[in-house]
Amino acid sequence: MNPLMLWFHKSGSPPEFYRLAGRFQPWLWALALIFGVIGLYLGLLRAPADYLQGESARIMYIHVPSAWMSMFIFAFMAFCGVLALVWHVKISEVLLISAAPIGVGFTAVTLITGSLWGRPTWGTYWEWDARMTSELVLLFLYFGVLGLFHAFDDRRKGARAASLLALIGLVNLPIIHYSVTWWNSLHQGSSINLMTGTSAIDASMLWPLLIMTLASKLWFGASLMQRARVEVIDLESGKDWVQALLPPTAEKPKPQP
Amino acid sequence: MTPPRYAVASSVGLRQKTSQSRRWCFFVGTSDKTNESQSLLTLRVHGRRAFRLARMSGLKYRRLKPSAEPGTTSVLSMRQSPRTAPPPLIEVRQLCFSRSDEPIFGPMAFALEAGEVLLVEGANGSGKTTLLRVLAGLLELGEDAGEILREGVAAAESQQALAFLGHASGLKLDLSPRENLRFTTRLGGLRAGASIHAALLSVGLDGFEDTPMRYLSAGQRKRAALAGILSAPVALWLLDEPYANLDQEGHVLVDRLLETHAARGGAAIITSHGMTSPAIRGIRRLRMECHHE
Amino acid sequence: MSSPLGDAFFGLLARDAIGLWRRRGEVLNPVLFALMVATLFPLALGPEAARLARVASGVSWVIVLLASLLSLDVLFRSDVEDGSLDAMRVSQQPLAVLVAGKILLHWLATAVPLIVLSPIIALALGMPRIGVSTLVLALLLATPQISVFGACAAALTASLHRSGILLSLIVLPLAVPALIFGAGAVETVLVGGNPAQPLFLLAAGGILAVAFGPLVCASALRMSAS
Repeated sequence: MNPLMLWFHKSGSPPEFYRLAGRFQPWLWALALIFGVIGLYLGLLRAPADYLQGESARIMYIHVPSAWMSMFIFAFMAFCGVLALVWHVKISEVLLISAAPIGVGFTAVTLITGSLWGRPTWGTYWEWDARMTSELVLLFLYFGVLGLFHAFDDRRKGARAASLLALIGLVNLPIIHYSVTWWNSLHQGSSINLMTGTSAIDASMLWPLLIMTLASKLWFGASLMQRARVEVIDLESGKDWVQALLPPTAEKPKPQP
Repeated sequence: MTPPRYAVASSVGLRQKTSQSRRWCFFVGTSDKTNESQSLLTLRVHGRRAFRLARMSGLKYRRLKPSAEPGTTSVLSMRQSPRTAPPPLIEVRQLCFSRSDEPIFGPMAFALEAGEVLLVEGANGSGKTTLLRVLAGLLELGEDAGEILREGVAAAESQQALAFLGHASGLKLDLSPRENLRFTTRLGGLRAGASIHAALLSVGLDGFEDTPMRYLSAGQRKRAALAGILSAPVALWLLDEPYANLDQEGHVLVDRLLETHAARGGAAIITSHGMTSPAIRGIRRLRMECHHE
Repeated sequence: MSSPLGDAFFGLLARDAIGLWRRRGEVLNPVLFALMVATLFPLALGPEAARLARVASGVSWVIVLLASLLSLDVLFRSDVEDGSLDAMRVSQQPLAVLVAGKILLHWLATAVPLIVLSPIIALALGMPRIGVSTLVLALLLATPQISVFGACAAALTASLHRSGILLSLIVLPLAVPALIFGAGAVETVLVGGNPAQPLFLLAAGGILAVAFGPLVCASALRMSAS
């Protein structure tokens, strides 16, 4: 077994993972909070307002990082899915299932902030814009993975089915995105493309964006650890190491004679 | 002791590269005591058919001595050369299985040679069905869950087919037994010398060959499934509760089928929850205990 | 000694075809569903011909997509329940090839009648005649991948007791590209353009789906039936 797989197996054993995740979790939360506050301060108060869109463009500091996260998390889930399907790493099943609701959250935030941004910019909350539409389809893909997982009584079987679906979804994601972009150009040529200027963005706007991106990654990490710990405890509830975590007073009630 | 009167004898290597350990001799002739005791696969066939069988199974053979008088029964046997013992048809070592970390059975070990029938007994929930599904390769084994060898080769790499009969018959209710068997045999092949018609006849379904399975009783459906097993060209049968739903006559039928299969060099593993006692000569028994209290 | 693969493949086709023939009433259900929904649209939108004509091609696409989901549920479930999937798995034949046979038959029994019906629906709703050939061609190219995605979803949910809505939730996002390029091709023809690009893209997607779909489907079946 190569060192990487060995590491996976070691830190992938549920008790070890539970311990490690518990140790990392407060640090991740703290860092996410610190970077989030700095990023929001810079973005909302210090950065200049957009000369075209005015103050409303500041929603970008939430919207863009969550949009990136929504796709990153799906890719992360597919990666966990590969580990789960090929090497049967139990922890990666747990991580996949724990990541999905966070992904739904980021996708929902992206859609909501997008439509709030759209109101002053386009004059409507919902525009059938290529990005918005493919983000919506991504949300449905997340729902599909979660729905499939919860339909199974056997958690591990559900997790493996969800792994396969996450993989199929990841392969299709670029195709869906491309097709939606094509569809959009077929039907309307004139929607404002907000992203054309990204590379030419001023440093005063770029820095808050990057810091917010980092903060959202850390937030994901922290949230994932917390969810995965609960999931691991739930999955392994019959095991000795979980029983050992219980306070001594909470023993099983003895059967009355 | 009379000298052996072999009609055909030759040694051929089968499949394995290490032919030293896997040399088989192939005899056709009247049996004699010394060889009978060593023979592994014994097929009782008539002289002419013995040659055809040998040709069909791709074995080389050589006529050593004129055959016995026409009409007498010859014995065709594939015998392993006396050097080493042949690997068993199926062997499990340290086999255990758990579902969602809940141990179902094991660890257990057994080996089944050609000509043997193994009866797996145990209460409901003791893991008999799971064991059979594991042996059939339908359930994936986890790591460190032991190993299954099929004729000395790891089961996952084995090219040997087997016949499996689960709780569900594997037959379509919209189709007649004959149509179902036609599919089964096209999927897995037909045993040399067997036919769908003969198989259905031998399980007592004559007159129902073309009735859709939907209109047959549970016992008759079971018989149709047994006919499918019977016509499969495989050595190993895995039958889950073969006696379920069958009447007294059906029990005798299953016993007879198993005995015939064992006599022609096959082996079978069957399960039973203990209410029926198969009347099969030399049957071996394996008791499974419930893991959870 | 197991039988040749071709024998097993056609044996499976023959068995399932007989089964379908014995239940031929059920096979017609998607077609009837499509006709009913097509009738509902004018009732909901009003009989004004110009308005219907504008949505005719898109509506036909959505109807075909929804109707082809109807019979997916039982595609593998019956094989899981009656044990014939077990028989296929122990038979030493490659499961992906057998699964491909099942998908092919499903496509022939569900998609082909819908493709035949689609010009009738589209013309009845008032789509201009020049779009008909493109509509049929695009459907011919798009329905195989819809069937394959549907089969994958059906395989994933085969061991569940019921999967109606879940199946649609899984398939519909995956079918978005096929719908967009298919409907887009017809739209392009109707405004006087050349539909080659979307049709080629559909064909490419179809080839990929048909090449890899059965493999995915087979592993999903192995997983969910274990």
